[in-house]
Amino acid sequence: MDDAKLDALGQTIVSALPGAATGYRVAFNQLTVDVEASKIVEVVKYLRDDPNCRFVNFTDITAADYPSREKRFDVIYHFLSPTLNTRIRLKAQADETTQVPSLIEVFPGADWFEREAYDLYGVFFVGHPDMRRILTDYGFEGHPLRKDFPLTGFLEVRYDDQEKRVVYEPVRLNQEFRKFDFLSPWEGADYPLPGDEKAGPKV
Amino acid sequence: MGLNPATSSGPAIAPAPKGILDPSTGKPVGANDPFFLEVNHELSDKGFFVAATDDLITWARTGSLMWMTFGLACCAVEMMQVSMPRYDVERFGFAPRASPRQSDVMIVAGTLTNKMAPALRKVYDQMPEPRYVISMGSCANGGGYYHYSYSVVRGCDRIVPIDIYVPGCPPTAEALLYGVLLLQKKIRRTGTIER
Repeated sequence: MDDAKLDALGQTIVSALPGAATGYRVAFNQLTVDVEASKIVEVVKYLRDDPNCRFVNFTDITAADYPSREKRFDVIYHFLSPTLNTRIRLKAQADETTQVPSLIEVFPGADWFEREAYDLYGVFFVGHPDMRRILTDYGFEGHPLRKDFPLTGFLEVRYDDQEKRVVYEPVRLNQEFRKFDFLSPWEGADYPLPGDEKAGPKV
Repeated sequence: MGLNPATSSGPAIAPAPKGILDPSTGKPVGANDPFFLEVNHELSDKGFFVAATDDLITWARTGSLMWMTFGLACCAVEMMQVSMPRYDVERFGFAPRASPRQSDVMIVAGTLTNKMAPALRKVYDQMPEPRYVISMGSCANGGGYYHYSYSVVRGCDRIVPIDIYVPGCPPTAEALLYGVLLLQKKIRRTGTIER
């Protein structure tokens, strides 16, 4: 589908769903529609059932974190319409407390995707029958794909020979994670180069 | 086929091995080896020969190491490769076994995550003594690429004792095979009934 047709499709969707679909844009030959998080079920039902859309293939639910925004998360939905041979992306803004309606009534396959988004970002879906973590460890705390989650986390495991079981302990690293800027090796490095840690300042 | 000369009309049969002759004696290489001669002499003279118990036990142990597959990630593909006909670890008596209760070696092949760690330990605890562990690949050796991750164990030696570390990401099948041979060497060298 070329950009003009995608543009027309976006206009149709936005005008058919006032108050639910708030805007759209076409970039890189992909259509993105902004929706209100509370109206997501209505939008998805329209996209699935309208004869001009037929987005019957549910592809993905994920999220993205923008910590500087007031509503920090984008909940992102992807669909495919075999009839139109095109794909669509829906973006709904949410924060830690927003109750995003679950899609499980419309697409039962949304089950694990919503659990994954909840696990990794902490976006909460209401109407989901089994809102548990899916990927991280049992008893894990925090949501690891949030930008403010530390890379190394908080706990590490070890087998304790006295207790005869695997125990959790606070993370203790012998060497901190180092990130090197290899773009230019001779200018702009404001950190000691690897191997130069013990060298004194040059006089 | 290349097995027989094109002139023969019978069924294709692999040629009989000719052996390597020692040019100085005209006999096969090893025929004048003192150890071999002594064993041969004892066998033909008395019908039995004497060996140390350790040697017998380690011979038996190294010759039938059943390994438990613990494939966790891409290393498992190389672990499968090593058991396939090209490298064929079964010719060293190193055969895959599906149950931890019937195996002697565990190959930890891949990234060990925090969530998997108790399961790995449970499987290890089910293995009968003497048991050995081969840690395969960077992730199992020390966390590797995921060393600073929030969900990965920084080396599976935090969970189980390791005998052989095979480096690589992933190690080639040859590297793992060499690790297996090193493990057999280690068993022979340790040479006790107790591990």
